[in-house]
Amino acid sequence: MHIVVCVKAVPSTTEVKMDPKTNTIVRDGRQAVVNPFDATGLEIALHIKDECAAAGDPCRVTVLSMGIPDTERLLRDCIARGADDGLLLSDRAFAGADTLATTYALSRGIACMDEPADLVVCGKMAVDGDTAQIGPELAGALDVPCVVDVQRLHGIVGSTLALERATDAGRELVEVDLPAVITVAKDAAQLRMPSIAGVLAAEGVPIAVKTAADVDADPARTGLSGSPTQVVRSFVPERASEAVCVTGDAAEQAAALVELIEEACR
Amino acid sequence: MSGLVIDTERCVGCGRCVKACASAGVELVRREGARPVAQPTGSCIFCGACVDACPVDAIAIEKDAGASEAELASYSGIWVFAQVDDEGRVLPVALELLGRARALADVRGCTLTALLGEGPDAPQDNERALVAAGADEVIVCRDGRLAVRDAEVFAHWVCDLARACRPEAILYGATAFGRELAPGVAVRLQTGLTADCTVLELDGATGLLQQTRPAFGGNLMATIVCPAHRPQMATVRPGVFAAPEPDWSRTGTVRTVSLDAAVAPRVRVLSREAASHGRSIAEAERLVVVGRGIGSKKNLPLARELARALDAEIGCTRPLVESGWLEYAHQVGQTGVSVAPKLLVSLGVSGAIQHLAGIGGAKVHIAVNDDPDAPIFGAATYKVVGDCIEVAEALLDKLGAQR
Repeated sequence: MHIVVCVKAVPSTTEVKMDPKTNTIVRDGRQAVVNPFDATGLEIALHIKDECAAAGDPCRVTVLSMGIPDTERLLRDCIARGADDGLLLSDRAFAGADTLATTYALSRGIACMDEPADLVVCGKMAVDGDTAQIGPELAGALDVPCVVDVQRLHGIVGSTLALERATDAGRELVEVDLPAVITVAKDAAQLRMPSIAGVLAAEGVPIAVKTAADVDADPARTGLSGSPTQVVRSFVPERASEAVCVTGDAAEQAAALVELIEEACR
Repeated sequence: MSGLVIDTERCVGCGRCVKACASAGVELVRREGARPVAQPTGSCIFCGACVDACPVDAIAIEKDAGASEAELASYSGIWVFAQVDDEGRVLPVALELLGRARALADVRGCTLTALLGEGPDAPQDNERALVAAGADEVIVCRDGRLAVRDAEVFAHWVCDLARACRPEAILYGATAFGRELAPGVAVRLQTGLTADCTVLELDGATGLLQQTRPAFGGNLMATIVCPAHRPQMATVRPGVFAAPEPDWSRTGTVRTVSLDAAVAPRVRVLSREAASHGRSIAEAERLVVVGRGIGSKKNLPLARELARALDAEIGCTRPLVESGWLEYAHQVGQTGVSVAPKLLVSLGVSGAIQHLAGIGGAKVHIAVNDDPDAPIFGAATYKVVGDCIEVAEALLDKLGAQR
């Protein structure tokens, strides 16, 4: 079994700060971490790998990312935690990609791996973009079934995966045949810590860094050129009004709140 | 060739672009005997921060032109995907979208179509409700394969229709299902998709849909367009637009279509379980959210009691989930659930940026915190400075006395 886990480097969530003067996000590349949802995805993949190992079946986990060269550091950390290989798609041609162009790049990366992917695992969404589009778009691009918002892995029998997913109405237990794409909720698992042996071993593992040309990507479909959407304007939202202060002691405040609540619920 | 284009004639060399750039994608180059000018470097990621920062409009991101105007002009009409619930009723978000799309279709002078995919036993009056909400036309497909919400099956259906009828725009509710379906359609039609829009405007002359959504936790709003691909597609959270008053005198056409016989679901549903913790907080109309400021776990029952008195669901901030006080399903914020209640009462929530990212949709937000400078007040409608336990107890008293 070959599992590909897609990971994205995102600003460490506690580090996201706005510059009050320029109203831009203060970002420091060195603070990037693996998107927490993708970290859960990696744990799910490693769990399947453990089960395969227990059953004597071969299983390989590859972490895949599109990003700046520094992302290699994060992929190496994934390997220290138990992944086998890493592939980083890094090229100026990938820059400025929206979800469609990102999906295309990732699909090219998967297509160029020496072993086909039986299962592709993505986080349900990224904390910085919050579109939740990559998983379902990737499934469409690969023409494989997709299960989103996986809450729990129930088991894997042969090439059939049993999963619990969240839906608009509640939860469903579903079954899907591989190959497939799944996206995982953040609390579906907790990523294991790297072992010292893992960290040492990961230092020696070569991480493949490939350009758009290396993965035979059509330049018209990557990066800014391949992105149908574009941001035309970004602005700081104006607050409609300052918060109205409710004064007095607790009892007086509560009395005022009762009226405000009634009004709000009308 | 796409890229960052800097007009060196206009550039005054002020360096604001360099400061605004988080990825060292632009630098100042000094030339002999001339003022410095900005120039892109190899690490530009086209985020547009420098474009906004430039005081003299010297920077632009240029893209190759895509489809020709004639090609774009062959698309017309706005579609709204009308999701139905387990009982077969159209979800409120579909009606909300029709209300907004009606105004957009009037600006453009085009037809507004609702897409209704449902099982063979669905109620017969959904079409009427969609027309009453503003649709000119309802395209309906009744098929057993559409009785279960399988996003891939629905995506094939929507894509086949879109290829045949060429709509200019398709809007979806940002429900769990809508957020799975829309990307499936986008990738198959190779078009753009903007998630979770809060503002939709349409240029009457060009038909260009301006889709505005919060970025970076709601601190920035970004307006996104899809200039050279059709259909333009967006998802919109429930509660963002007001549902229109149904106009039962409106008339519209109903067109019945069939689903390609080759389409088959590939995900098998073995069992279903309705949400156990009541409604999801994402759809809650009233919400009480507690933060670390409530002090101790022993104050949780008080918050629950207040929620009950208000007929509200209960939510919390991330530290409370991490301390094991409440389950993750209750976590509001960037890594939890985004909420859009009519009434939000937050108790002892300081207002970390990641939390604020999830509450932007609240209509009326009453925040109680003992710190008058807490960031939560920046996002609140009403500011109550005080001990949140005392205020909650007093409020509970007043609410109790009312009954």
